[in-house]
Amino acid sequence: MKRPKFTVFQLFVHLAALLPLALLVWDTVQGNLSVNPIQDITFRTGKAALVLLVLTLAATPANTIFGFRQAIKVRRALGLYAFLYAGIHFLIFVGLDYGFNFRLLGLELVEKRYVLVGSAALLILIPLAITSTKGWQRRLGKTWKTLHKWIYLAGILVIVHYAWVQKADIRQPLLWGGIVALLLLARIPAVRRAAVRYRKKLSNRFSRSNKIGAPAKTA
Amino acid sequence: MNNIPKIPSSEITSLQHYLGRRRFMKGAAVAASALALAACGAPTLTPSSSDKSSTPPASPAPTAGASSADAVLVDELGQEANTYQEITSYNNFYEFTTNKEAVAPMSKGYPTEPWKIEVGGLVNKPGVYDLDDLNKFQQEERIYRLRCVEAWSMVIPWVGFPLAALLKQVEPTSQAKYVRFETIYDPDRMPGQRSNWYEWPYIEGLRLDEAMHDLTLLATGLYGEAMPIQNGAPVRLVVPWKYGFKSIKSIVRIDLVEEQPTSLWMAAAPNEYGFYANVNPDVSHPRWSQRSERRIGELKRRETPPFNGYGEQVAYLYEGMDLKVNF
Repeated sequence: MKRPKFTVFQLFVHLAALLPLALLVWDTVQGNLSVNPIQDITFRTGKAALVLLVLTLAATPANTIFGFRQAIKVRRALGLYAFLYAGIHFLIFVGLDYGFNFRLLGLELVEKRYVLVGSAALLILIPLAITSTKGWQRRLGKTWKTLHKWIYLAGILVIVHYAWVQKADIRQPLLWGGIVALLLLARIPAVRRAAVRYRKKLSNRFSRSNKIGAPAKTA
Repeated sequence: MNNIPKIPSSEITSLQHYLGRRRFMKGAAVAASALALAACGAPTLTPSSSDKSSTPPASPAPTAGASSADAVLVDELGQEANTYQEITSYNNFYEFTTNKEAVAPMSKGYPTEPWKIEVGGLVNKPGVYDLDDLNKFQQEERIYRLRCVEAWSMVIPWVGFPLAALLKQVEPTSQAKYVRFETIYDPDRMPGQRSNWYEWPYIEGLRLDEAMHDLTLLATGLYGEAMPIQNGAPVRLVVPWKYGFKSIKSIVRIDLVEEQPTSLWMAAAPNEYGFYANVNPDVSHPRWSQRSERRIGELKRRETPPFNGYGEQVAYLYEGMDLKVNF
């Protein structure tokens, strides 16, 4: 079997994705959490899941609009990490926070609508995680693409979930919701083409001005 | 978000030392060492400012055996008080920040002297009270449960005096129906108040009979010490049968009024935060349940009792009212 080439970028993505988990374990062991540690762990795993899901959604536009092909290589890993954190987040809620008290959980499920949307998002991610392998991709053929478009709905549900947990100030959820909205818009062919045109125009102008003699200071 | 400065161990006060010992002694007691209890017991255990720590009326002695060493502070239901460390490191005080753990470090050094509370509105004898004036009221220790609307709770040994004592002094007129409270407005030193997401200053209100109820406290301290800033220094309200946000901090104004005041939270989200805000497991927050809570320091959730367990004392205030409407 041929060994797949593992790029530095891929290594970076894996390490970065595992960092929140490592920090969480470290802070728990060190006693750096607040006096309400279960809530801390719940919030932190939820935030990690959200960020990774958004990055997963960003992979395709990064390629189609910015030509950053490496993003496609890490897209599956990002999605699986998002699922990992979402899974931990859910298990902590059910197991640690509610101690598997299903009577209480049942009551809460009815009253806490953010639990419903959050659970729905996680349910969507389960089949996507299972079918993320090359084998399933081959077996499902065209259906695979359609199936994996469900991540768009998961992304929206996660934002709603996030906004509904807030006491009143929803600026953070609005910010992340805005990013998700942009990433979803970027998938509409007309929008994508317009974005590509605009990017090319910008980079042309930039390179031209460089040629004219401006200091070639590129970031 | 994780670089919240921790309080260096060098700043841990002797009070915490005492509390640590209290915990240690509890362990010793469990180890059935009555002798050890007697030996390292009483002297330093009683909070030093003795006039501030008369016997809490709401909390009978725990058990005959352990009472001599007053090793464990408990409320009237026998629920153990949270530690000083827990109470002073996990605070909702949006005037500083919405990050509960960051309130203590951010509010450190906030000047609370001199301090004045203006008491006015529909009263016969309006007045301005400074801290010395407030300390003239008979201070007592009250060990109360505090239930946050976010579904966590603590047991806190407050020091203070019934609000009724102050209100009687200013003599509300017959027109007065409600009491309106206001927190200090100081955006220069309270960065949270520069956020225009909320309408500052913090406002809260009580119906006059709620305000006159003996459980309603103006608290000036906790654990026998002056009130820490993060807990609402120098003086705050404590209404134990209502969600924590009703217990307004760092008060500078108290007005007797005729109309029901609009609190900061009512203004921010009128469908989610009502005027009464009585702890009620049967009325869920529109977006989350209030059936259970996490007592800070415990692993298992507790089911939340109506009126936070003070129903016997306060339920009569709401007779005939639909608490689902008046949430």
